[in-house]
Amino acid sequence: MDDGSELSLSVAHIVRRLKGSHLHAQIERRAKECLHQPEIRLDSLREDVRRFLRTSGWERQLQNAVYRELQVQRPPSHPAAPLEHLKEPLAYMRKAQACWEKRVLKSLNSMSAELGVPLARMRPAAEQKELTSKWNEMGTDEPDLTSFRPVFAPKDFLEVLISLRNPNYDSSEDVGVRSHWGLIQVPLDVRDIPQLRRAYAELNLTTGQLGIDDHAHIHPDLFENEYLQIGKKVVVEQDSAAAQQYSRQGCSTGLRADLWALILNSNNQPQDAMHYEQLTAGVVQHDLLVDSLIYKDVKLTASNDDYYFVFEDFLYQVLLCFSRDTAVLEHFKYNSATPPRSFVQGKGEDEECAVVYPPNGVIPFHGFSMYVAPLCFLYNEPSKLYSVFREMYIRYFFRLHSISSSSSGVVSLCLQFERLLQTHLPQLFYHLRQIGAQPLRIAFKWMVRAFSGYLSTDQLLLLWDRILGYDSLEIVAVLAAAVFAFRAENLMEVTSLGSAEAVLADLSTLKVMPLIQIFLFATAI
Amino acid sequence: MAGKVKWVTDIEKSVLINNFEKREWVQVTENDDWNFYWMSIQTIRNVFSVDTGYRLSDDQMVNHFPNHYELTRKDLMIKNIKRYRKELEKEGSPLAEKDENGKYNYLDFVPVTFMLPSDYNLFVEEYRKNPSSTWIMKPCGKAQGKGIFLINKLSQIKKWSRDSRTSTFVAASSGKEAYVISLYIDNPLLIGGKKFDLRLYVLVTTYRPLKCYMYKLGFCRFCTVKYTPSTSELDNMFVHLTNVAIQKHGDDYNHVHGGKWTVSNFRLYLESTRGKEVTSRLFDQIHWIMVQSLKAVAVNASPSLTSSTANDRILKYNLINDTLNIVAPNGDVPDCRWNRSPPREALGNYQVLYDEELQAQSDHGERDLRTRSGQSLGSKGTKGSAGARPPAATWK
Repeated sequence: MDDGSELSLSVAHIVRRLKGSHLHAQIERRAKECLHQPEIRLDSLREDVRRFLRTSGWERQLQNAVYRELQVQRPPSHPAAPLEHLKEPLAYMRKAQACWEKRVLKSLNSMSAELGVPLARMRPAAEQKELTSKWNEMGTDEPDLTSFRPVFAPKDFLEVLISLRNPNYDSSEDVGVRSHWGLIQVPLDVRDIPQLRRAYAELNLTTGQLGIDDHAHIHPDLFENEYLQIGKKVVVEQDSAAAQQYSRQGCSTGLRADLWALILNSNNQPQDAMHYEQLTAGVVQHDLLVDSLIYKDVKLTASNDDYYFVFEDFLYQVLLCFSRDTAVLEHFKYNSATPPRSFVQGKGEDEECAVVYPPNGVIPFHGFSMYVAPLCFLYNEPSKLYSVFREMYIRYFFRLHSISSSSSGVVSLCLQFERLLQTHLPQLFYHLRQIGAQPLRIAFKWMVRAFSGYLSTDQLLLLWDRILGYDSLEIVAVLAAAVFAFRAENLMEVTSLGSAEAVLADLSTLKVMPLIQIFLFATAI
Repeated sequence: MAGKVKWVTDIEKSVLINNFEKREWVQVTENDDWNFYWMSIQTIRNVFSVDTGYRLSDDQMVNHFPNHYELTRKDLMIKNIKRYRKELEKEGSPLAEKDENGKYNYLDFVPVTFMLPSDYNLFVEEYRKNPSSTWIMKPCGKAQGKGIFLINKLSQIKKWSRDSRTSTFVAASSGKEAYVISLYIDNPLLIGGKKFDLRLYVLVTTYRPLKCYMYKLGFCRFCTVKYTPSTSELDNMFVHLTNVAIQKHGDDYNHVHGGKWTVSNFRLYLESTRGKEVTSRLFDQIHWIMVQSLKAVAVNASPSLTSSTANDRILKYNLINDTLNIVAPNGDVPDCRWNRSPPREALGNYQVLYDEELQAQSDHGERDLRTRSGQSLGSKGTKGSAGARPPAATWK
């Protein structure tokens, strides 16, 4: 298929997506209103209206919306491609994901049956009233959660990834030095250091970075001040693409909230606030079984975290609403996962009576709240916090717990981590393998959470700047390898998995950008 | 040749003793010829009371200034600040400038406060201007949040009126006040919906000239319960007071993190949600308040050395370590003739808050109104010349 028709396919796709959207209605209305203005002339109507839309900032907003569509859901490359290829092109991956989903759902259903707790129930009026009055302090609630278990923990998921096999791939020829020493045994194409150097060129040693060149001992005139001025201009321009490019070198703390919102095209639309209000009403009306899982997760993880315990109540307000947000179902078009279905009691097993459960199709697992927690440092208004989190989830986080061949998917990240380590620190990898401490077993939990809860907050935000800037989670795998490289000397001394874990237990003092920069650009190849 | 420092303490805390031992200082008793005595408040009071007239010899050092007892009481603190302001006004100092409403431009850092019972009538006059306001009563001589309560009705404190027959407080004749009462600030900055306070450590090595250092690793302490200005919660001390001592007994107190944040977390949060300029200005104003308060000789001098969590113990150990490095550099026996401005590398996690000697060495009189980079404090501070930056005082 030639470029021309592929382009027109993309254009058609995007037009379809934006048609009838709120932005479309607004632009139309503004265009109609501007007809009253004297500078709009009949004989040059088209150009004049377009100029008006440009100078009033509406063209920029449209541009950002188009950019968002391009980022989030690549238009189908062929009109005849089946929908499931958009979710996941490789059949064996689709199958593995379906299997995994069945297990998770089974676990949820048996918990429901064992505990006698329904998947969903309507709250009686008194309970609704109480919840409304306690909306801002749900953290003080102490429901008995001892009998609830998380539906799965990251290590369960890891076992599934380890068992993945491509039935078309015969790896028997790869025995010996060329074989893969790690746990992931599927042949996905992941980038090596030379390729990463090209792709992440802005991180090289000669380019200024936040996280390195804003250090206290470096005079701000050398980099920081000018970089900050550029950042301010980017915010004023309200250009998503520019913000994304800018973020590659890091976001200044004072501008980060605005820049991320720009990149994610999460602008303060009144309908977002309204939508959030509706979701909170939904929380008040119905109690879901997953709510208890969320409570438990927050209590076990975020509430015990040195940085995030303060935001416990915000986390409930975001996650409980998230579970009920059917707008999230959109993302299953490009997610290899498929939302679980459940049947309404009393209506039999008729397909037509199936509902998606939970309403957003995402079953939370142990550590899920850590995706939200760092954002609380940036946004203190619940509906904005919610909106940014939702967009981060449907662009990035979902890939960390679904089985797919995407280069940002957790399978690729694991494989990339292992390959980077094996290629550049073979002695270390070999040693760890010999003592029964496969590196992925330690690094997996970091990557599934995109390092949230393991790094200090300021460092984590610098890392997530680059995830947004490069629109990829690859940097997470690179950092994981860089951490091992950094602690290689100590790791060579250990003789058990337990002691390897101990060496890598505390990452809170790490400075991520120097580690990444050195690993990518100063490693001999 | 310098001998080993001989130390005494009457506070059995490991964060102290470990620091002395690691320097291989020698423990002695108070009757011996000691160099360094880390005293508890009671001991300070006894040793430096007017009756004993004790004087330190040239090779002796203690952890509090003799007049500190004047600093720890809230009523004396208020008196000092008020007196300091009046003195500056009399001198015609620009620091004492007021705006058109009579509010101090640079010295307005204490809410309206009165001493009880002596200022009772003045208080009532002020109260009546705004009868729906809330006020906070704090006993003068207590710490750790003890005895504090809020009032919003005059009847709640009638018993502290000077003329009251049922007056229950003691020592009217000793000239010591029982309580200070301040206007309660009911719109505090909240984080995660919770109220918090700042615990910052300041080391003063000399008052004249004033040399003080702020420990960079201070922390915020959070209330466990959501803040609400509703009057029905006035009695719930867990909502309003943030002393760890009180929070520890609340149901939600979490022993893993003790409800604390480091100041750098706090700074990151503020910069991210409010912007860098506002945050810098806030910290500059905090430092300003510290220096002015010290100048008014008004600082609370008895930090708790009890550690509540493992992290906390590490913090306090390092704090004492850095403190000792400043006051007893090279672990030498104290000598009062020392030049007491340590070089930057010796500060550890302290940063110079204010060094009067160094300030005096650069010759600009308007300096006091400026902080680093020539920015003035407060939103009203646009006057004055662009003074030179104070040398050696960078906050970074």
